[in-house]
Order: sequence, then C-alpha cells, then structure tokens
Amino acid sequence: MSDAIALDHATLSVAGRAVLSDISLAVAEGEFVGVLGANGSGKTTLFKALLGLIPADSGAITVLGRPVKRGNPEIGYLPQLKTALPGARLLGREVLAAGLDGHRFGVPLVSAVAARDIDRALDNVGAAELADRPLSEMSGGERQRLLVAQALIGNPRLLLLDEPLIGLDPHQSQVVVDLIGGLSRALKLTVLFSAHELNQLLGTIDRVLYLGRGEAALGTVAEVISPAVLSRLYGAPIQVVRADGHIFVMSHGRDIERQQDHHDHHDHAGL
Amino acid sequence: MLAYDFMLRAFAASGIVAVVAGAVGYFLVLRGQTFAGHALAHIAFAGATGAALIGLAPLYGVIAVTVGAAVAIGALGERLSGRDVAIGVILSLSLGFGLLFLRLTTTNATQATSLLFGSVLAVSPATLGHLVVLGAATLTALAAISRPLLFSSLQPELAEARGVPIRLIGILFLALVALAVAQSIQIVGVLLVFTLMVGPPAAAQLVTTRLWLGIALSAGLALAQAWLGITLAYVTDWPTSFWITVLSTLVYLAATGLARRRLT
Repeated sequence: MSDAIALDHATLSVAGRAVLSDISLAVAEGEFVGVLGANGSGKTTLFKALLGLIPADSGAITVLGRPVKRGNPEIGYLPQLKTALPGARLLGREVLAAGLDGHRFGVPLVSAVAARDIDRALDNVGAAELADRPLSEMSGGERQRLLVAQALIGNPRLLLLDEPLIGLDPHQSQVVVDLIGGLSRALKLTVLFSAHELNQLLGTIDRVLYLGRGEAALGTVAEVISPAVLSRLYGAPIQVVRADGHIFVMSHGRDIERQQDHHDHHDHAGL
Repeated sequence: MLAYDFMLRAFAASGIVAVVAGAVGYFLVLRGQTFAGHALAHIAFAGATGAALIGLAPLYGVIAVTVGAAVAIGALGERLSGRDVAIGVILSLSLGFGLLFLRLTTTNATQATSLLFGSVLAVSPATLGHLVVLGAATLTALAAISRPLLFSSLQPELAEARGVPIRLIGILFLALVALAVAQSIQIVGVLLVFTLMVGPPAAAQLVTTRLWLGIALSAGLALAQAWLGITLAYVTDWPTSFWITVLSTLVYLAATGLARRRLT
C-alpha cells in the first residue's frame, strides 16, 4: 500500500516564522489520523501545506503519490468554522451547489447530475433534511455535518478536517467522529482529523499525530501519548494519566487539553 | 406621462440602472461589503467634480475614479485589520476634494445637488446610450464571474483551497460595484446609492433562501422602486429620489416583518 501523505524533511513557515521544522512522516492510504497539539502548533499550517496553499521552505511533500498542488480534486477539505460560512440565509443545497465547480468561471447553474451528487453526499452523512434548511438557521452541529457532506462531494481519497468538533457538545462530537470513522472504513478514505481533545477520538483513530514546538510525533496512541514524547513537544514536564478508558494530559496537575479548549472558545467569542 | 421624451428616458435609464444595481447589490450584501459600496459612491463625487473641472463628462470621471478606488480597496484584501478605517479616511478626503473642485469650477448649486441626489428626469439621450452599454457590460461581466464569486463569498477558505483566485475575484467584483455605482449616481445621486444597491438586495435576502430567486427579486424590487418613484414624482412634483428612498425603506421594513413572522 502506498503512502497517502509523505513529508520528507519539510519545513513550513507562516509570516517568516518556522511553525514546523524538518518534519518527516508518512501516512498510509486508508489511515484515520487524529492531529493534536496546542494552538499555533501547526495543525492548520500542515493542512494548508497539503492543500498547496503554503509552499514548503525546504524538503518535499507528496500527496497521494504526487507533489502537492493547489486545487487538488482528490482532497476533501473542511476549514475551521470560525472563519468559514457567514450567516447567509441560503439553503444548504444552494451553499453546496456554489462549491461545485466553484473554481470555473461562468454562471452557477446546477445540473441534474450535480443536484444528485449533493443529495447523495448529504445522505452519506445522514443529513438529507439539511438540503432544504437555510444555513443561518442551522446549529453548529448541523453546519459541521453540511461541511462534512461538502468535503465528500467528488469522491476524494483524502479528507483534511480542521477542527470539525469546535462548538459541538460531547454527544454531537461523538456523532461526527463516528460518522467520519465509518466513512473512512467504508470508502477507504485517508483522514487527517484535527481536534483539541484526544478522548473524543480514542477508539476511532488508527494513529495520532501530535505537534508542538516545531516538531511532530506520529504513532499509535500508546507510542505518542507518553510523558517522554509529550514533554518534548510541550517543552515542559507532562504527566499522562489513564483512567476509565480516558487519557488525561496534565501539566503541573492541570489538564492541558481542557484548558486549551476553554481558552479557544473564549477566543472565538471575541472574533 | 409617457408622452414626454424625458419621461421615457427616465424610465429607460432608471430601469437599466435598477436591474444592474439590484443584481450587483445582491452579491455586495451577501459578501458584507456594503461599506465598500458606500465609500465608492462618495469617492465618485470627487471624480465627477474633478472631471467637470478639467472639462470632461462627469460620467467618465466617476468611472475612472471609482474603478481605480475599487481595485485599490480590493487589493487591500479582506482580512487587513483597519481596512474600514483606511477606506473611511479616503472617503472623507474624496468628499473634501469634491468640494474643492466644485468651488474651483464655480458651478451652480443645482449641479451639485443633482450630483448628490440624482436627476433622473434630466437624463440626456447620450447618457442613456452610455447607460445601456455600461449596464450590459456590467451584467455580462457579473455573469462571467458569478460562480467563483458566489463560492468565494460563502466559503473563502474552501474556495482558495480549491484553486479559486479569491483575491482577483474580489478585485474584479469591486470594479463591477464601481461601474454599478457610477450608473446609479446618474439616477439617485452620490448620497443615495444605497437605496438601489443595498435596500432591495437586503430585503430579497430576508425573504427568500434561494439564490436565483434572490437575485431576481433584488433586481425586481429595485426596478419597482425606481419606476414607482418616478411615477409618484410625476404626480406629486416631489423629487424622484425622495420617493425612491421612501419606497426602499418600506420594502425593507416589509421584508423584515415577513422574515420575522416566518421565524415565529
């Protein structure tokens, strides 16, 4: 089986600052990888590099066996919700239709084939009823499901999902994680799924990619979520507490992920 | 009323402009860029008065200045913080220059008033010809970019990832807004451009959740406002622009009421 994603000594920068330095890793086709790390650790930067939006300073990046290129139709992408989707009152169907062939010039007329693609994608995520609901009246969970459906249109082989659980309650989060896990297995999709909390992904992900201080660690949960690896990535002593099927990443007795999650919601309110 | 040539020209000119303003305005409201549209109208004032100062037709001055300003605003990008402040400063400066140019040309107050508030009943055959060409060009160009424009308005990050040149599309769109502003000024003047470019599309987006229906409704409402406004002006002898603003407000209030009733 070939690699879906391969980074070879890649260095990625944003505004002149190296966010990820000299990263080498490979994700196999069909793998479901959870991407974790503090805010600013490079999760979104990595996704943008795979999409061809940020060129690597050095090193090489290949996606599905080819060098990265912008507008790769084999990638389904779900951007972070905080900036995507304004409060438009258009129907879910119309929003998805706008994205079909959205890179071509012309008038956005929707063919019967395209309309069927949209219905099928919504059916795939069990959200057929969202087609006829205005975007502005959808809850956070419904919007996320609409966006997951959109990412699936065109039968991509790789899904890049940037924080699809932001703003969702634990139950809704579980629904989205199970949904993606099921799709990944059924359609042999490679998935990179970034999140704040590891526990929501436990049991579904094949491996975890943890980012921090310009470095990356990719491996099974047991390999990566260890005091030695995480202390290196956070640059501070980290304890890992396993209890009741959950894993807590602690620094000085406080839960790092939970803290970060709260902090992040605060940020969003301010935006 | 239709026996007079100037009335026929008023209906034709306002009809063309209303459809263009309604269609372009739909995307302007969808993108949340109404302030940019507002600014372009004020910047146009300097263009019109400056053109008069050097002996050019005001319409050409307006087009040159607004399209130039639109490209500059578009190039500033969507995410630059303080962009609205920068636009606001330029907007005031333009009005200042407009005032200076007016003084230097020693034009009379009527000309200034018609520039600020429109003079649809004074549209010349030549101006009508310009509006036909400009209107057709604006609508054609809008149709040509409408698909990537819609995508990058709704989901800029996804559009960028899919290869849409969102910066270029943004600049092209603002240039079309500038052309629509230049045309609207002929009908309702610099100060009241919003009454055709923002009122009808905002009302349409409150009432319908469908794209094509929304665009058609927006253009239709603008057209109805313009024609009814002229008719009321003819009957009452009050200014056309006054009636258009009244109708625009009524339409928007009615749309708000409709939307609210549907929610409850």
